[in-house]
Amino acid sequence: MKVKVLSRNPDDYVRETQYDIQRVPRNYDPSLHPFEVPREYARALNATKLERVFAKPFLASLDGHRDGVHCLAKHRTSLSTLLSGSCDGQVKVWNLTERDVCALSKHTKDLCVEIVVRFCGTSFFTVGDDKTIKQWKMEAPAYGEEEEPLNTILGKTVFTGLDHHQKEGVFATCGQQVDIWDEQRSSPIRSFTWGVDSFSSVRFNPVETELLASCGSDRSVVLYDMRESTPLRKVIMKMRTNTVCWNPMEAYYFTSANEDYNLYTYDMRHLDKPVMVHMDHVSAVLDVDYSPTGREFVSASFDKTIRIFPKNAGHSREVYHTKRMQHVICVKWSSDNKYVLSGSDEMNIRLWKANAAEKLGVLSPRERQATNYNQKLKEKFQYHPQIRRIARHRHLPKNIYHQAKELRVMKAARHRKESNVRKHSKPGTVPLVAEKEKHVVTVVK
Amino acid sequence: MAAPGEAAVDDSHVGTQKRPPARYWQESEIEDKDGNKVQTEETSSEQSVQPKNQQKRKKRKREVEESDGKKMVVSGQEDPFPGPAPIPVNRLQKFKRKEKVKKPRGRKVRLRDMITRSEEASKMAQKQAARFDLLLPEDAGFLEGDEGEDTCTISQQDIADAVDITSGTKYFNLKLSQFGPYHVDYSKTGRHLLLGGRRGHVACIDWPSKELMCEINVMESVNDVKWLHSEDMFAVAQKKWLYIYDSNGIELHCIRKFNDVLRMTFLPYHFLLATASATSFLQYLDVSVGKEVAAFSTKTGRLDVMCQNPHNAIVHLGHHNGTVTLWSPNQKEALVKMLCHQGGVRSVAVDKTGTYMVTSGMDKKLKVYDIRAFKPFKSYFLPAGASCLSLSQRGLLSAATGDVVQVYRDVWSTPVNKPYMAHRTRGAVWGLHFCPFEDVLGIGHGDGFTSILVPGAGEPNFDGLDANPYRSTKQRQEWEVKALLEKIQPELISLNPTDLGEVDQVSFKQRHQERVEALGFDPLEKEKFVPKYKKKGRSSAGGIERRKKQVAHEDQRDEIRKTVEDKMKMEKEQKEREKKKAALFVNKSALDRFKK
Repeated sequence: MKVKVLSRNPDDYVRETQYDIQRVPRNYDPSLHPFEVPREYARALNATKLERVFAKPFLASLDGHRDGVHCLAKHRTSLSTLLSGSCDGQVKVWNLTERDVCALSKHTKDLCVEIVVRFCGTSFFTVGDDKTIKQWKMEAPAYGEEEEPLNTILGKTVFTGLDHHQKEGVFATCGQQVDIWDEQRSSPIRSFTWGVDSFSSVRFNPVETELLASCGSDRSVVLYDMRESTPLRKVIMKMRTNTVCWNPMEAYYFTSANEDYNLYTYDMRHLDKPVMVHMDHVSAVLDVDYSPTGREFVSASFDKTIRIFPKNAGHSREVYHTKRMQHVICVKWSSDNKYVLSGSDEMNIRLWKANAAEKLGVLSPRERQATNYNQKLKEKFQYHPQIRRIARHRHLPKNIYHQAKELRVMKAARHRKESNVRKHSKPGTVPLVAEKEKHVVTVVK
Repeated sequence: MAAPGEAAVDDSHVGTQKRPPARYWQESEIEDKDGNKVQTEETSSEQSVQPKNQQKRKKRKREVEESDGKKMVVSGQEDPFPGPAPIPVNRLQKFKRKEKVKKPRGRKVRLRDMITRSEEASKMAQKQAARFDLLLPEDAGFLEGDEGEDTCTISQQDIADAVDITSGTKYFNLKLSQFGPYHVDYSKTGRHLLLGGRRGHVACIDWPSKELMCEINVMESVNDVKWLHSEDMFAVAQKKWLYIYDSNGIELHCIRKFNDVLRMTFLPYHFLLATASATSFLQYLDVSVGKEVAAFSTKTGRLDVMCQNPHNAIVHLGHHNGTVTLWSPNQKEALVKMLCHQGGVRSVAVDKTGTYMVTSGMDKKLKVYDIRAFKPFKSYFLPAGASCLSLSQRGLLSAATGDVVQVYRDVWSTPVNKPYMAHRTRGAVWGLHFCPFEDVLGIGHGDGFTSILVPGAGEPNFDGLDANPYRSTKQRQEWEVKALLEKIQPELISLNPTDLGEVDQVSFKQRHQERVEALGFDPLEKEKFVPKYKKKGRSSAGGIERRKKQVAHEDQRDEIRKTVEDKMKMEKEQKEREKKKAALFVNKSALDRFKK
């Protein structure tokens, strides 16, 4: 007779001393783990609920400006530094870790329109209502020293926008025309005009560094190449574009923030139709900024909210608002992809988490593993109705909620009317127009 | 030109070609040749795969040599184990979750990409799990007789003497003749034993250490006992009500909604206690919140045969008319009714993978069903008929006939004519239960309780996060919290537990029907033409009819036009396709491009 009976030595399964961690022998045999899918579903449901519980995006409010914050600028080399300019011409350099001002300077009496940090990070440029461009040192003046700009250029017309080249000592301003300036000279090296209208914003492409985009008040977005003497092309839309932002990863995509409550992502090569129309705001969109990964962007709106959109989705994944935040004028996504900064009318700069439910600080390996696992589960079951409902739910202020509802009703009515017209007219006379095609008037080359 | 590397091998001092080194599966073949069949099968299947791989690799290697002209390895020795270690095919099969998904054709690039990536990930997981299998510490038990010796003739005492002392102590007998026939239940980890005597005696024992946790007499007849999710609580079906006690024997609850319960079964992942009563009620109690989830009147008389399918948490009930019915808490009617026996069903058991169901009936037959297809598989005749059945984790079947307990092996794969083991107890057997993760069968009978050794019954390697027999109190508490958090809702119980992970491809028709039901009317239904009432005598009956006819005629014409258009389109497409095909098959010459 040959016999073997299961006989385990408890020492192999129990920890030796109480200072050890417990032994957990594993066996991955699927038959020992029944109900895999329903259990994962239960976990995914819990993870989704917890995500909503932990979604506390608001981190801090930086107060100190004495008028509405009009522009923000990220530092090119330092994560913790932020520059802000307000409507009273005050420029402040903030230290975000201490949430405190480390330097301040006075640009004009009236309005600081735009700030931009030089690529080296040691100085920054400002433009204001007073037709001047000023260059400032980043550090605060020493004791007894007067706060004075390094350099001042007097322009002929009012400047409304400013951006600096990524690598060279060249910057662009816009106003009556788009000017390209050399830092060493006091007159522009090139100026572009197309029609007689003024421009509200200008942006350099971060990848194809010689390219520029600007938005004009004739409802157009104009593209330029710095090496050429004439603009490249122009797309005219139904309503005015406030700002544009280039995708930092895909050089040919840019997103424009429009007055008609929408954002449009364009492919530079095919301007006749936007790649994606991003809807959700219920008032004019004032500013937009891409995340450094190029997968999402944040937009600031006159409706007192900021929203985060995935670059290829028509609707936002997140909306941030507080009771006290008024019209949001400028917004920036931090260079470490973790925070969003917004400046609004009521003189405050707010710091938000880019991912509302994310835990900040150092994660222990087990914690990180659990977070990753939960993230994967949420992705896996995201289309199940119960989970989708919880994941999508956001609380909105009453007026925005009602306004969104009203817009929905209006849109449905328009759609209904159109389909009725189509039904009662000769087939083919009332064509179906896609949403993407509705907003572009023409493309001029 | 001969590669210098090859020359070095030829000139080596060994002279002859070395044999390829032995791999672990070859050793296992030699060792386990007389062991179980599964192992040999595994080796053969895997060996068939092996040479192919090697050939491929060799070819690749040669290519490298030829292209470079010299060898990569400095010593001139070839790597005896090139590439990752091969994994036996059937071990990979064990961890296979799903068939390959058919990728969508056409322009759905992102979806296709996503499917490819997830498939890659699951493949990697499968491989890793299969590799990990090698590291499992324990092997299953076995019992083999000498030549000419039947294993069923080997007595328990002989086995207990032959094995080590600790295992030997697992064969024991509790003489409890006073409170008569006993029901038995082991906890999920297999550490704790619950005994319920017909005349009111209830005892919990930490049986490996033989430590008595509590012992009470409920002063009422006891119909069934069951552990709940942990060894902290157990349920006792008493004469009138259902009671829940804690492990100290303190009565926690008396549940008056559950009366005359005869049989109970606990669904551990749903935290549901399913009970079958003498009044033919099947009831589900959610023990985590203490609510009755569902109660159905089965209308089939006294229910004293019950078991659960551990794979999908469906409850099986056996009835007096020979049928077995399958129940879920979501449906008032039985999901399935199977006629299994002529005469009443005496006992039912379902295996761990949810593939086989074993039933025994008053017609003295023991039948094996494939319950995925609901088809009979095997039928055996037992002279005395089996009163109790129990299946172990590794698929051993124990059947009690009177006071004899027989254990069978492989009842579904091979026709069995002899039991694997047999044991005679002192009284009629009342309850049977295999202890999880141990080679032990607990028998409750008229004269108490007997624990016998059944080598090869238990799963040798447990999973520490699921059921850990050696867990500490802290670990148990942690497990309890986790288990409660991932409690599966009773609505998710269905015949196929993986349904939830699959795409719900409801047909348009079905969806439309649901919509019609929800709305109360058919939104796609065409409005019936109602002629407008016209004055001045133009709405005469004839006029109305004429107008109706006109409209009907117009509709018909539209329809005809549409079908004709469709037909034309189809034909055109067909022609184009043929043209393309023809263009492909025609021999092209280089000069064709100048043709007009």
